Amino acid sequence: MTDFDLAVVGGGPAGMAAALKAHEEGIEKIVILERAETLGGILEQCIHTGFGLHYFGEELSGPEYAGRFIKLLADTDIVVKTDTMVLDIASDNTVTAVNKTDGLLKISAKAVVLAMGCRERPRGALSIAGTRNSGIMTAGTAQKYVNIYGYMPGHEVVILGSGDIGLIMARRMTLEGAKVKMVCELMPYSGGLTRNIVQCLNDFDIPLKLSTTVVATHGKDRLEGVTIAKVDGNLQPIEGTEEYVPCDTLMLSVGLIPENELSKNAGLELDRITNGPKVDEYRETEQKGVFACGNVLQVHDLVDYVTEESQIAGLGAAKFIKGEKISGACVTTSGTNGVRYIVPQRINCETDADVKLYFRVGAVYTNASIVVESNGKIILSKKKKKLCPGEMEYVLLKKDVIAGLPKDSVITVRVEA
Amino acid sequence: MFGRKKGEIMTYDVAIVGAGVVGGLIARELSRFNISVALLEKCNDMAMGTTKANSAIVHGGYDAQPGTLKAKLNVEGTALMPKVCEKLSVPFKNNGSLVVAFSESEMEHVKVLYDRGIKNGVPGLSVIDRDELRRIEPNISESAVGALLCESAGIVCPYELTIAAVENAVVNGVEFIRNCRVQSIEQNGDYTLKTTAGDIKAKFIINAAGNYSDKLASMVGDDSIDLVPRKGEYYLLDKSVGGLAVHTIFQCPNEMGKGILVTPTVDGNLLIGPTAKNIDDKGDTTTTSEGLREIVEKALKSVPTVSPRNAITSFAGVRAHPVCDDFIIGWCEKSEHFLNVAGIESPGLSASPAIALYVREILSEKLNLTEKEHYSDVRKAPVRFRHMNDVERAELIKKNPAYGRIVCRCETVTEGEIIDAIRAPAGARDVDGVKRRTRAGMGRCQGGFCGSKVVEILSRELAVPMNEVTKFGGESKIIYERTK
Repeated sequence: MTDFDLAVVGGGPAGMAAALKAHEEGIEKIVILERAETLGGILEQCIHTGFGLHYFGEELSGPEYAGRFIKLLADTDIVVKTDTMVLDIASDNTVTAVNKTDGLLKISAKAVVLAMGCRERPRGALSIAGTRNSGIMTAGTAQKYVNIYGYMPGHEVVILGSGDIGLIMARRMTLEGAKVKMVCELMPYSGGLTRNIVQCLNDFDIPLKLSTTVVATHGKDRLEGVTIAKVDGNLQPIEGTEEYVPCDTLMLSVGLIPENELSKNAGLELDRITNGPKVDEYRETEQKGVFACGNVLQVHDLVDYVTEESQIAGLGAAKFIKGEKISGACVTTSGTNGVRYIVPQRINCETDADVKLYFRVGAVYTNASIVVESNGKIILSKKKKKLCPGEMEYVLLKKDVIAGLPKDSVITVRVEA
Repeated sequence: MFGRKKGEIMTYDVAIVGAGVVGGLIARELSRFNISVALLEKCNDMAMGTTKANSAIVHGGYDAQPGTLKAKLNVEGTALMPKVCEKLSVPFKNNGSLVVAFSESEMEHVKVLYDRGIKNGVPGLSVIDRDELRRIEPNISESAVGALLCESAGIVCPYELTIAAVENAVVNGVEFIRNCRVQSIEQNGDYTLKTTAGDIKAKFIINAAGNYSDKLASMVGDDSIDLVPRKGEYYLLDKSVGGLAVHTIFQCPNEMGKGILVTPTVDGNLLIGPTAKNIDDKGDTTTTSEGLREIVEKALKSVPTVSPRNAITSFAGVRAHPVCDDFIIGWCEKSEHFLNVAGIESPGLSASPAIALYVREILSEKLNLTEKEHYSDVRKAPVRFRHMNDVERAELIKKNPAYGRIVCRCETVTEGEIIDAIRAPAGARDVDGVKRRTRAGMGRCQGGFCGSKVVEILSRELAVPMNEVTKFGGESKIIYERTK
């Protein structure tokens, strides 16, 4: 058994930022456990730019963004264990992990930060009819083949789902000489960032087919084509609209799922919408001393917000370790009328800082208001020109406003069109 | 000891065509004797046909009519299965099965099945009422009125059983030849099989070619085997809902088969299906939106809490339904040393250990079988990191650090296990082969994270470039040329 003050599970942008923040707050014994061979998480394969505009005020590639944190880490005494997989987090915060050099590791930690990130929804979950041949892969897997291994995963590509990775890969494959025939999106709007639709599809004349899905795959060994169809208001394929599209590759960008198997095994209850643990304003879960941040908590649109959130969790963990963290009566948050969820799910009434409530909307709205209400009283109202499901939004609550609310009250956030 | 040398065509005593569960277990049984045996498989791996896509059930044996080969070999095979699985280190679970009745008239049918089962010699049968049913199967539908309980039924992983049987056969001297599709058979004295892997000579041929056994028989002039390809589609659900069924839950059977079942798998997932549709193309393992809809609709009748939202994959298999409605096992009338083992639809998996013994029996009529001095019917259990405790894990990694690197996160599969699967006798040659042997890529992310890692390990172990690694042989390449 090795003793640490803080064990951080995951060395992507979330884990690194949380560890660095806790270190900055004076926490001495910190370990980061990362399953990949390098730090950086998924940023390592995101060689496109667009990272860091908010946090660093300049446009960086994924590896550059991660590199800044890796460099900061190197100047600290934070212990980094890569190629190390966490197998279990016990209720007393003992972390069991495994790697080639240490074998089986038992780490006793005063606090734990969960920063495992998320995974892509695979084909099986979609129930697409047809064959199960090669050439069907998630956009992230394809990205890894191109950017990390340097191999072409396909020549004629159809992309299903207009999530950001799908959009990025449409451009990437085109630049590598592949023909990207179309991006199909089940919903009547894209799930990706507007800037990605412009820069990755429009600039390359790649058609975005909304309200369209892939209903069947064809081919014997390697994929030979897909059948696409329009969908109705209930997202069901409309008969007679089927169209055969020859292609050797189907890339899926149909959603991200927080990787919470460890959290679930540790007994944490997950939010039904975010699929992440329920947390307070410092991202402390319902288990004392266990914090969560980044995509394991909620799928983010921008890494800059991951960093910001993870610093909050790192600060929270540091406060917890020092015995300074407030943990008492709470108010809860709830999204209604177009607001799908809120993070954090609860806020300590006596919190010592202002709190940003993060959320996503369930549809596209123009010229709408975000209204925050509690006990029938409107606390805050904010006009927005445009709200899209692909982009995270937030409202800022002042700590004295929170302090003025009766305990156990509910803060609701809604859209008013 | 019976290895083929380059340029030389050796004559095998026996060539088994088809490395499904039937061919695999026959090969294992014959490996006990002082004969040379080749197991020919048209695909890049064993268990690639009906064996890899079926309900994975070890049936009690109450379905088939008394007096049929199906009835006899089902009951015998099911009795043999636990021991065979133990010897081959293949997980088998004796979870029992239920045929659920939803009306009094169905209850009558349940009683017919009970009587038939007793006639067939099925142990552990009883008819249970609504209360008992709810007690032993808590998630069963409210509308169920009773059931036939068969305590001797179980579940097994059919491809794991086949892989283990072939490994065991190979260790005992059988030659496993992949990518070996028989194109024609010539006979002057011995047989010469013209295959995609070259000519192969044999004194005897055992036809275990599954859906293609009619075609193989016709190569020696035997057109008597009449098969109808029947497709069955399935949903495999996540382990988080694996506990929704304790027993294998059948509904009352109809003329197309045993209907839609809901069952746990030995690996802890939940399996629902199959549909039953006669098709023209034997190779048609496509799933259809109608089929997938039908599965859910009908499965809901048994267990109302089943949901396709928990699906991790869907698949389809084609079974060889014999028009005569019984297994076709025996000497071919047109060719003296050609033994048909055809029309092995359900309960073929359950019967397979008994089929192997039965075939050996028949073969011994014409071929002298003397036992080898050195033979082992035991296949050593592969390392399963996920089933070990911390002490065992620590010990294992100390011995070989490759077990300290987790490649598949969802199923907790280590690099060491993947290397073992590739280096095993008759080991994995492609991504799906690794998946079937280790479960890497079988979990909820379906290989999203580990797929490329597995390709990398295969590439290294097989000493081929990454872009020559396939998903399941043939043209199923995963990646193409290098980027510019």
